[in-house]
Amino acid sequence: MRKVYLDNAATTYVSSEVLAEMLPCFNTVYGNANSLHGFGREAANIVDRARDRVARAINANKSNEIYFTSGGSEADNWAIKGIAHAYANKGKHIITSAIEHHAVLDACKQLESEGFEVTYLPVDKYGLVNIADLIHAIKKTTTLISIMAVNNEVGTIQNIKAIAKTAHEYGVIFHTDGVQAIGALRIDVQDMEIDAMSMSAHKIYGPKGVGALYLKNGIRIENLISGGSQERNKRGGTTNVPAVAGFGKAIEIAVRDLSMNQQKLKAIRTYFVDKVTERIPYIQINGHPHQKIQGTVNISFEMIEGESILMLLDLEGVAVSTGSACTSQVLEPSHVLKAMKISDELAQGSIRFSFGKNITKSDVDYVVDVLEKAVNQLRSISPLTKAGRK
Amino acid sequence: MQYSQQVIDRFKNPKNAGGLRGANGIGKVGNAKCGDIMKMYLLIDENEVVKDARFKTFGCCAAIASTDVACDLVKGKSVEEALKVTNKQVLAILGEMPANKIHCSVLAEESIHSAVEDYYKKKEKESKKAVKAD
Repeated sequence: MRKVYLDNAATTYVSSEVLAEMLPCFNTVYGNANSLHGFGREAANIVDRARDRVARAINANKSNEIYFTSGGSEADNWAIKGIAHAYANKGKHIITSAIEHHAVLDACKQLESEGFEVTYLPVDKYGLVNIADLIHAIKKTTTLISIMAVNNEVGTIQNIKAIAKTAHEYGVIFHTDGVQAIGALRIDVQDMEIDAMSMSAHKIYGPKGVGALYLKNGIRIENLISGGSQERNKRGGTTNVPAVAGFGKAIEIAVRDLSMNQQKLKAIRTYFVDKVTERIPYIQINGHPHQKIQGTVNISFEMIEGESILMLLDLEGVAVSTGSACTSQVLEPSHVLKAMKISDELAQGSIRFSFGKNITKSDVDYVVDVLEKAVNQLRSISPLTKAGRK
Repeated sequence: MQYSQQVIDRFKNPKNAGGLRGANGIGKVGNAKCGDIMKMYLLIDENEVVKDARFKTFGCCAAIASTDVACDLVKGKSVEEALKVTNKQVLAILGEMPANKIHCSVLAEESIHSAVEDYYKKKEKESKKAVKAD
């Protein structure tokens, strides 16, 4: 059976260049990066180089502003709770948006249970946060604003620089979840005035289980793991050298090939959207019409439910997702689409197609054929299908 | 989360999908918020036996498979027996289901009840009409 993977926003394969960078770290350069001897120094050099690569990719001022973590969720959790705790004596109010990843939302929920106050900013129908709403929400006690750069479900790009500038006008620290943004748009943390940013390797053809938190020097954060001097004493534990090396290489390539990949993705996306629109009626494309990343397309299919579409596609070898992979086992419609005021029926009927750099037009042809069949089949047995709406 | 082969088979090729001409008991349960809407069509004869049962479902694989099995379970049964069909019987046929999908089998059971209720309502109306005509 033919297989087409359109769930690259959930995770990507590890590219061969990245894998080649990682392999020697398993059995050749296997020293503990904290050891003083030659084996250790060799490993430490690899870690240093990886840190430099991450710093360069986002134009951090210094590479010591990069802290490796186990991934995006850890970076989000650490940034939100760690910064909120470190500045708790100044105030206990933080601001985020209603469409954040659960790693941010649930970290905020935890802070609420500790007595912090959290404002969840609404978004418009395209998923954009309004700056006026943000200004309105800032209080004397606000210490942190966390707004994601790119939404994982619909691909909308926030006005990050404007949000960061606003935060700074009021003396508030700005964190962004940059997991979906890396490789999709140019991120310059200095120019964009980002104080803290979460990143992940496995969305950019790197390995799973590794990511980083960029934290501008001077911003305080509570230590995450005690018991080791790694990551400037903030996150102890033996460094996962192969993973870190892979991440460094992956982010270097992501930035190197950004324009080329985006052009390719744009062509594939346009081809896909045109075909779907031509062949399948009663659909709605969710997210911002222009201010969006090229790789992610979120479509609602009227009258039918997303999981059953997903399963019919899966039976034909096509992998997509409903909502985000992390929430696909929850029955409630996606919190992101809900915040965008999309009806329950349309939210339940939404599918995220996220393209990778290896997808061809012939793959898209196959997917659209399979999709059209699936949608027709499900609509033929839907109680919501009205006469003349097929 | 994994579906059993029985769920997949039923979902892919349901035996009882679609509307039913002449159905005299039509039930509808669920809502779009939870992601499941089931419509059950029953054709009940003068001896109160379910002659045919079909369904239309908006929902996940488990919802579609559950209603399909529920149709099988009520076919040929008296209305009274049909009301005794439970979600356990649906599950017994479909095999293991992910915990958060058990409610689909419950909804399927409820869709039978809703269709039978509709049948009784219609019957009552008709008998009232008949009385008036007399």
